[in-house]
Amino acid sequence: MSLRTAFGRPFAAVRTRLTTRRSRVVAGVLALVVVVIAVLGVGVAVGDDTATPVRATEQRVDVAAGPGDPARIGIDTTLFVPPGVRGRAPAVLLAHGFGGSKAELRRDAEALARSGYVVLTYSARGFGGSAGQIMLDQPDYEVADARALIDWLAARPEVRLDGPGDPRVGVAGASYGGALSLLTAAYDPRVDAIAPQITWHDLADALLPNAAGGGPAEGVFKKMWAGLFFSSGTSPSAGLAPIDTKTGCGRFDDRVCTIYREVAVSGKSTPQAVDLLRRASPVSVADRIAVPTLLIQGQNDSLFPLDQADRNAAAIARNGAPVEMVWTAGGHDGGRPQSAMVRDRTTAWFDRWLKPSGPAPKAGAPTAAGSFRVTRSGGVDSATREQRLRIADTDHYPGLGGTRQREVALAGPEQTVANPPGGAPTSVSGLPGLGLLAGSGGLGALAAGAGDLGGIAFDLPGQSAFFQSDRVDRNVRITGSPTARVRVSGADDIVLFAKLYDIAPGGASVLPHQLAAPVRVSGAQGGRDVEIRLPAVDHEVDSGHRLRLVLTATDLGFASPNTPTSYRVALAGPLTLPSVPRLHVASTGYAWWTWGLPLIAVAVALALLLTGRRRAAAAAPDPDLTDVPLQIRGLTKRYKGGKLAVDDLSFGVEAGQVLGLLGPNGAGKTTTLRMLMGLILPDGGEIRIFGRVVGPGAPVLSRLGSFVEGPGFLPHLSGRENLSLYWRATGRPHEDAHFDEALEIAGLGEALDRNVRTYSQGMRQRLAIAQAMLGLPDLLVLDEPTNGLDPPQIRAMRDVLIGYAATGRTVVVSSHLLAEVEQTCTHVVVMHRGRLIASGPVGEIVGNGNTLVIGTPVPDLAIATLKDLPGVGSVEPEEGGVLVHLAGARTSALVAELVGAGVAVDRVTARRRLEDAFLTLIGES
Amino acid sequence: MTRTLPELPTDEGAHPIPGAAHAHGYRPRHTLPIWVETVRQFRRRRTLFMIGLLLALPWILVAAFKIGGDPSPDSVPTLVDVATRSALNFTAFTLFVSTGFLLVVAVALFCGDTVASEASWSSLRYLLAAPVPRARLLRVKLVVALGYSVLALVLLPLMAMIAGTIAFGWGPLDLPVGASLPTGEALGRMSVVVVYGVVAQLVVMGIAFWLSTVTDAPLGAVGGAVGLVVVSNIVDAVTALGSWRDYLPTHWQFAWVDVLQTDPQWDGMIKGSAVSVSYAVVFLALAFRHFGRKDIVS
Repeated sequence: MSLRTAFGRPFAAVRTRLTTRRSRVVAGVLALVVVVIAVLGVGVAVGDDTATPVRATEQRVDVAAGPGDPARIGIDTTLFVPPGVRGRAPAVLLAHGFGGSKAELRRDAEALARSGYVVLTYSARGFGGSAGQIMLDQPDYEVADARALIDWLAARPEVRLDGPGDPRVGVAGASYGGALSLLTAAYDPRVDAIAPQITWHDLADALLPNAAGGGPAEGVFKKMWAGLFFSSGTSPSAGLAPIDTKTGCGRFDDRVCTIYREVAVSGKSTPQAVDLLRRASPVSVADRIAVPTLLIQGQNDSLFPLDQADRNAAAIARNGAPVEMVWTAGGHDGGRPQSAMVRDRTTAWFDRWLKPSGPAPKAGAPTAAGSFRVTRSGGVDSATREQRLRIADTDHYPGLGGTRQREVALAGPEQTVANPPGGAPTSVSGLPGLGLLAGSGGLGALAAGAGDLGGIAFDLPGQSAFFQSDRVDRNVRITGSPTARVRVSGADDIVLFAKLYDIAPGGASVLPHQLAAPVRVSGAQGGRDVEIRLPAVDHEVDSGHRLRLVLTATDLGFASPNTPTSYRVALAGPLTLPSVPRLHVASTGYAWWTWGLPLIAVAVALALLLTGRRRAAAAAPDPDLTDVPLQIRGLTKRYKGGKLAVDDLSFGVEAGQVLGLLGPNGAGKTTTLRMLMGLILPDGGEIRIFGRVVGPGAPVLSRLGSFVEGPGFLPHLSGRENLSLYWRATGRPHEDAHFDEALEIAGLGEALDRNVRTYSQGMRQRLAIAQAMLGLPDLLVLDEPTNGLDPPQIRAMRDVLIGYAATGRTVVVSSHLLAEVEQTCTHVVVMHRGRLIASGPVGEIVGNGNTLVIGTPVPDLAIATLKDLPGVGSVEPEEGGVLVHLAGARTSALVAELVGAGVAVDRVTARRRLEDAFLTLIGES
Repeated sequence: MTRTLPELPTDEGAHPIPGAAHAHGYRPRHTLPIWVETVRQFRRRRTLFMIGLLLALPWILVAAFKIGGDPSPDSVPTLVDVATRSALNFTAFTLFVSTGFLLVVAVALFCGDTVASEASWSSLRYLLAAPVPRARLLRVKLVVALGYSVLALVLLPLMAMIAGTIAFGWGPLDLPVGASLPTGEALGRMSVVVVYGVVAQLVVMGIAFWLSTVTDAPLGAVGGAVGLVVVSNIVDAVTALGSWRDYLPTHWQFAWVDVLQTDPQWDGMIKGSAVSVSYAVVFLALAFRHFGRKDIVS
């Protein structure tokens, strides 16, 4: 823009076009943004899956307060009815986890209802809006409640029945609710399928585990978890059933409360405790659970580890019912709960066993467990900042021993382990209950992540014995419970916590899932060999890593003896690592668009390019015009908005001519020259240079040298470099350029090696004309070449152009200055408002100078004096004088006559036709 | 100033050949050779400044760490926690802090400026009248702009590695999560990072290049491309959009982080490449379509 204004040529039309162009860009960008937002808006609308409303009704269902108790307590329930289902549908009873209420089940319930189930959620006794006290899933209390709810479901008109009073019903729930599912299936034959999650097989064993196989009677008290549980049942909390604060037992039944206190204080089990916990456990009715069961257990679970689900699976398979096993990335210690996957699997499970018409499935002969799915964590996905999960599966769940075992030798001397007085300080495996405390995600995810980060596990030196393997020579995937054999001695009651670390070459250690296996060995004063079942995991040990078995005397999550003692620990055998090689991650492939999008993009691109091709300007060369440097016929260019910039323009130029393109500003000269350069496309007509039609990039343009609408240089390069690079850009031989001549025309002297940025307007102008003359083109087109030049330079330029044409080449010069054209050109084309006004040799157009304007105060006398003189054609009055057309008379003779006749002569000037035409034009405009 | 006309040759072999379709020695495929365009662009202050900035950035970061001390680990492990462990760590960190904006600006500058600046200098019309065929002009400009972009994306990690080696020593790549990669493997991973960095920036390149053909204001093209990237980043922050964010041009620009862990993830990078290449292809097609038809009025 600056160049244009520097030239003082306010092209209204050009400016209009620039403005529309800019607004077109803005419009394009806006359109893009609108499209993006529209697409995303659709996405939000589609992504909203709560579109179908599910009808939910709340009601209290009264159940017996206890066995043989006439009193009744109210259970708070919500019934979800599938939308748009006519007739009866199978039912699902959903039970919540410990410390929760029916409210947390709403999403799951709605999802199941949308899949066509009548869903009943409820708050267990002692929780939420339900009355009663917590009995820990006892058969006569919580299980009886569930049975009463099944009675209630059987009476509902929406629920499909297998028989009178026997609804088609499945039970599902997590943790507390999961055990309830298993127990209800055992106690109520009407249950047709269950999907328990992260729950126990033997609550006594879960809270008093012993990895050496001693059973809960010799278990190690899981004090942290037990404490968390107990406190969540005793702490006052808004909206929950009122708490009996006198006893400190909260919502717990006194019997449960008393037993907990005994165990918590002593850190050891009691027969009563074991008995109570066992009654609330599937293990007590293991031979009676005979319905299709989907077991979903979390790998991040130090409360109910994978072995609890393993034992459930084994028991149910023994009873001949179908069992499938899923290990998720979640669990009570947190981590990703994979809610969507769990929901999908649960729904699919019920679809398989509850939906089919006909009789409910019956258990048969003992079978092998069905399919096995394990969620494996890959790396972190930077897009979601979450660990990527992949699901490996196989047809058959083999149990924690795996389908293949591999022995890995450990090394290490016998070591002494000191149990600190009071059992403190402790080593750490994980932080139990972090997931529970923090809810899902949050800290829980951190704790789970910590398992893979090497994390928080540590073993106090002096309290721990270390045994290490060689580097493994290839990747080893452990799936199941590794076992280790050690010999312990030195005390009668030995408590140890066994952990198996994965040690990277750099020394970084990882305790998979932060799990430790507690071991209690009695009567080992003189030494006993024990086999330790290490925590079940699914973990890959990379090649080059080592395995380290650590036995430590304390653990933050467990009660250990208060008495200071020391034990000796030695290896008694290799480590056995189970694996399930048939587990493999099915390639999920990539979303369709991963390949589809680039293909679509290529198709769109091709369409854009093919439809966007210019109409081929492949008109044949005109053989008659091959010697005619320039021939323009019917040239028309219409600007957007309809204004004609060039209107049916036709003219020709012959070799050796210097053609002046004359017209006022805005006459269409520059537009014509731009079309001549192939920069803009004509709307009609054609331009031929040496017979070839000109279009963008037409090869014949290489015979054209041009300087149009100001110079165009790279400001950061010197004049010499600009010319040199320009010539190289033409790809033509260096010797054809005639740099010396061109540089001489530019006349820049030493400035030639300065950056163009530093040039004056005139210097740039001369350099641009020199550039146009590089290669001595056969046709040289210069637009206002003298703009910005001083008079001597203008004169020199004029000589250059005349000399250039004298070599047989052709020059076209545009100008709005009459004098310039007159002095330089042999021929002239006059344009106005895009149209051709006149064309021909300059002499013809300009005339021969035989019209005079004589200024005089007495025109009448002058006319009378002159009109009869010989050699005078005509005399007419004009403002301020007379206009005389000569027909042979000489000007000096006329002046002498006038003076002789006493006519005062102010001035005598020649009047030319071109000027007439020009003035008329300008007068019009 | 009076000068005489230089002697102009009248009977050159090249002149005048009656009816010649083009000047002597002119061949469309030889116009605007790539190296000529490379030289034309290289001497620009803008190019030199950007390259200089990319070369200086690692040293600025080194100075920052030397003054500020080693980073203290955060609750969530990140690349910055381990930035000073080794040259490779420092390189990864440098790339991490540059990917979101600096490299975007560099690529947008090289690709958005290239045609628009010629238009603003008015040199475009003389190139086109030389004549350099329009498609060829765009191709050469694209190749050179891409070349400079790749140079930027390679120079930065290279200089970071040099600066890192001097400042923090050569060593294995410590991952934020605790493990570490031996140098050989880490170098391999770094090359993947750089290659993906280039592929992920293709979308910026495409948008910038298209804008460059549309506008005559070089900074408009650069700013427009950067602006679209910023808008994309903002929209990407709206997590409620869910999987629709996958299609945003910049959603995957940090996916290369996925190889800086023991278990490299390819998913994000494959998706990111698909999205980036798709946008780039369409925008380039738009650029060629538009430039092939447009009236050059600059």
